[in-house]
Amino acid sequence: MRALVIDDSAAMRNIISRSLATIGFDVVQAVHGRDGLDKLKAHGKPEVILVDWNMPEMNGYEFIKAVRAIEEWRDIPLMMVTTETETSQVVRALAAGANEYLMKPFTPEMLGEKLAILGVTMS
Amino acid sequence: MPIRPEDFSYVSKLVREASAIVLEAGKEYLVELRLQPIAQQAGLATLDKLVEKLKQDPTGPLHKRVIDAMTTNETSFFRDLHPFETLRKDVVPELIRKRADTRTLNFWCAAASSGQEPFSTMMMLRENFPELASWRVNYIATDLSRDMLARCREGKYGQFEVSRGLPAQLLVKYFDRRGTEWQIKEDIRKAVDFRELNLMKPWGPMPTMDIVFIRNVLIYFDVPTKRDILLRIHRLLAPDGYLFLGGAETTVNICEEFESQVIGRTTCYRPKQRVKV
Repeated sequence: MRALVIDDSAAMRNIISRSLATIGFDVVQAVHGRDGLDKLKAHGKPEVILVDWNMPEMNGYEFIKAVRAIEEWRDIPLMMVTTETETSQVVRALAAGANEYLMKPFTPEMLGEKLAILGVTMS
Repeated sequence: MPIRPEDFSYVSKLVREASAIVLEAGKEYLVELRLQPIAQQAGLATLDKLVEKLKQDPTGPLHKRVIDAMTTNETSFFRDLHPFETLRKDVVPELIRKRADTRTLNFWCAAASSGQEPFSTMMMLRENFPELASWRVNYIATDLSRDMLARCREGKYGQFEVSRGLPAQLLVKYFDRRGTEWQIKEDIRKAVDFRELNLMKPWGPMPTMDIVFIRNVLIYFDVPTKRDILLRIHRLLAPDGYLFLGGAETTVNICEEFESQVIGRTTCYRPKQRVKV
């Protein structure tokens, strides 16, 4: 199983990657949305994408819209992982094509439960 | 950057004093995971800077955020997921067929705790069974603790709580933001009848139940008490009703009036059908 983790914070990328690695994911990391699109092209479809909202170059919201505009990427389970906690932001992310939304800070249990909701892992 | 041993020990002491939760060696990853975003939000580059700030201001709001982040409990919405899937796919559709004449369904959640289980069930019913809007759906949720029941009736949850097991679609549909918390909408809150009840004492009048949830409660009781509680549930449950226990609980070798039935990925318990001779 492969996951694409996109966050401009190296610390956050590593925290998420470690959690995913313990449940059997190989993780590809990207530092912003544009890098995420490049990694998608280079590595092919992952089982799940986890993307931050606020990043330089291309933010997570723009990234989601770009991914969902491409037919073969439309069905990749995609979760936004962000410090944005307003209901309106959650609604925007879901409307743009995110399947799930996890607010920072979070625990490995929360991440695992959200992945189970997405159906990419067993709960 | 990994947390320094002296910073881990500072955070452990802080959490232990505030909550009695013990963060043993080996839990460094948990501290890193939960506190890194708080450090970032506070504009602090590393965890040692965060701990330095905590030491400088030992009563400030940052302490509360750190303690809250480190002390979430085990309750979650749609806990274990599969029992709710079994309810949705199998149990509720079957009972809707069987109760078409009375158009009444009775649920009992025997350990309401902070309300996630009854509210999860109500949201699942609203999402999947619109026909129940014209039925009498009686949902009784009980708990020993008045404080917990007061919390349930208020229906407010912090960010950590709504992040646990609750699909984002349901968060935005069934909750209103109230400051830093989320409150479940009034019509869902009012649809659940929260009552104080001690499982070890007489329960008072209850309707015949179609579905009983008593998950992760029996583990706290000795075998005779478990048997007594299960026997009383047996008397309360409709002959074709369903009992849901926690994943580590069973009626086997405790109360033989029930038989287990695996539905989907969930083990349910049903009253044994008596064979007439």
